[in-house]
Amino acid sequence: MSVATSNIFSMSNGQAADIANVTGMSLGDFRSSIIEAVKQGLRISALFGQPIEEGRLRLWAVLSHDARSVVHLLHADLDGDRYDSITPDCPQAHWFEREIFEQWKVKPCGHPWLKPIRFHAPYGQASQGRAEPLPEIGVTDFFGIEGCEVHEVAVGPVHAGIIEPGHFRFQCHGENVFHLEISLGYQHRGVERKLAGGPDRRTIHYMETLSGDTSVGHSLAYSELTEALSATSTPAKAQVLRGVALELERIANHTGDLGALAGDVGYLPTLSYCGRIRGDVLNMSALICGNRFGRGLVRPGGIGFDIDGDRRDELLRRLDLLEKDLSVAVGLLWNSSSVMARFEGTGTILRRDCLAMGLVGPAARACGVEQDIRRDMPHSIFQLYQIPVSTCPTGDVFARGYVRWLEIQRSVAFLREQLRGLPGGAAQLSPRPLQPGRIAVSLVEGWRGEICHVALTDSQGKFARYKVVDPSFHNWFALAYALRGQQISDFPLCNKSFNLSYCGHDL
Amino acid sequence: MLDILWARLQQKHRTIEFPDGPPPALSDRYQGRPAVFAEKCDPACSLCEQVCPTGAVLRNPLGIDLGKCLFCGACAPLCPSRAIIFSNDYRVAESSRENLVVAAPERPAGQIVAAGAKRLFAKSLKLRQVSAGGCNACEADTNVLGTVGWDLGRFGIQFVASPRHADGLLITGPVSENMRLALLKTYRAVPEPKVVILVGSCAISGGPFIDHEEVHNGAGGLLPVDLHIPGCPPSPLAILDGLLRLTGRIS
Repeated sequence: MSVATSNIFSMSNGQAADIANVTGMSLGDFRSSIIEAVKQGLRISALFGQPIEEGRLRLWAVLSHDARSVVHLLHADLDGDRYDSITPDCPQAHWFEREIFEQWKVKPCGHPWLKPIRFHAPYGQASQGRAEPLPEIGVTDFFGIEGCEVHEVAVGPVHAGIIEPGHFRFQCHGENVFHLEISLGYQHRGVERKLAGGPDRRTIHYMETLSGDTSVGHSLAYSELTEALSATSTPAKAQVLRGVALELERIANHTGDLGALAGDVGYLPTLSYCGRIRGDVLNMSALICGNRFGRGLVRPGGIGFDIDGDRRDELLRRLDLLEKDLSVAVGLLWNSSSVMARFEGTGTILRRDCLAMGLVGPAARACGVEQDIRRDMPHSIFQLYQIPVSTCPTGDVFARGYVRWLEIQRSVAFLREQLRGLPGGAAQLSPRPLQPGRIAVSLVEGWRGEICHVALTDSQGKFARYKVVDPSFHNWFALAYALRGQQISDFPLCNKSFNLSYCGHDL
Repeated sequence: MLDILWARLQQKHRTIEFPDGPPPALSDRYQGRPAVFAEKCDPACSLCEQVCPTGAVLRNPLGIDLGKCLFCGACAPLCPSRAIIFSNDYRVAESSRENLVVAAPERPAGQIVAAGAKRLFAKSLKLRQVSAGGCNACEADTNVLGTVGWDLGRFGIQFVASPRHADGLLITGPVSENMRLALLKTYRAVPEPKVVILVGSCAISGGPFIDHEEVHNGAGGLLPVDLHIPGCPPSPLAILDGLLRLTGRIS
């Protein structure tokens, strides 16, 4: 065991612990522990502030040690409104530190790129009597390049398609992109602020709308978290059906993405077929719970909808049709030289840079990084069934597409086996109240990558702090990075190959 | 080349027949328009009100405001007198905000949408979509109408890239403060006459984010609205139904 993490509190994914048992340390040790741990291959899954007594802030870090299937928890208390930034020695902390700066007005000194990520009033300041005016969305000191024939292209927040809003600034020389800066926050709805003090009757609906295309992923992370905090066990049948819902969500979104990638290179057959097939997958979720996005299905203590033999058989029947239609539709892509010529070598990210940025999900696996919460931090049904990790070494648009196709096939195999062996028994138990003074971490491999939820309960068993890290939070910077040296006309293609969530980031 | 043609044959013709034929089958668990039996309601009981996440349940007399309802169905099984039952009826679109309050077992006749009021756009309706804090579910189920399964283009309805090419806006999301200005600018860029369509409970009332200081409780307070399509999200069929009623294609 390394020096850095040997003395730091650790636990498994989906467990809870007494906050009092978690390692507190000086800010200097906190900083050096994170830097050293990341050097040794651990990842920052969360890094956030929690207000404690007398207006002071406590910094928390959740470090994932994939090779050992543990998460490390550490915290340090701040005395003033500044500390030495971690980012210069550990780039993957950069977005987290910008978030801390924006939420709590605590300055990470030495941060090379310190500006808002969501453009909202700091937490804890009431709407009346603010000390300073609200930040104006999209108004910041964008990175600029000057020189002969260099020009700037600004896109958004309202885009051309049916898509969420964000602002993109390209520094171009002709067609060539020197630099892209992505400015988000347009979708900010203040969810994380409202989660404190819960859970209440709205909490599960916040989870299902944090990022609507990941309703199952986020509601699963939340449910497992509250089950850990309340020492509630989940029936076997519910665990299986939650896994089924999670993989259906993955197949639906990956299918849509493969179609959209085809559309962005003007290859219409796969675009048309995948658009329709994606709807068929959503309708499979609707067969289980009535909602195409799986809303209402995952609930603390189990699942909101049980399925019987007939419904199971219908799902299996549709799965066969889906597999056949999809392999024909997607197979066209890999056999079309005009498609492959546009996919290969576009928007490449090197494995080294992927690790430095701390990417997650298919974007990381497409850089040859074997990393998947379902295998590395197995929880629930994934402790019993191991889905092979799908990787591709090339780091380009092709790799991000091909990894999706591999994952679809493995998810289909998972669904078939789980549905055939569907256990009996209860599907829902009554969740118990949350225990006071506890902390829990829940990691779920959503279709975009690692979803991380962290909750701390107060002395009443209510959320003192609830932190959500959507996979997009890790990956938005990678899209900007992938555009360097690319043609600006390849932006839609690169963008779709990541297909990140705006609202999941903006919260 | 041959494999492209073979794939085309294998994928078959998939466009739904609706509205000339029957609508596509919805899941039997789909929660559509609720039936409300106000006379069965016990005024002393408030279980439905207590469980509702968005304050969509009105009492004395009993009613459900579809503009706020997430269609989660949490209220119905709690009611001891079964005064609320969610049906499979996808027809939930209304022109007027007031008509979104359901207080009867049956859908009142002639109140669906002011059908034909926008006959100007009966054969061609170009829309610009603006997501203003939407979670991407309403957006996704609007987008799906463009796929071969639904083929929105056969009704002359199309989503266009610029508001200057559009006849109106289709808005999703609770209208975050950070999108307010962009939404208003986009609206102003649409030439007159223009329509505004709100899709999803967020755009109508704020949905799960009602009364957050970061949002504006939907677009109704900011813009004149021609059509409300409630749901979280509304199914593609509910959205299509609303659009076809608005343009007078069905009544």
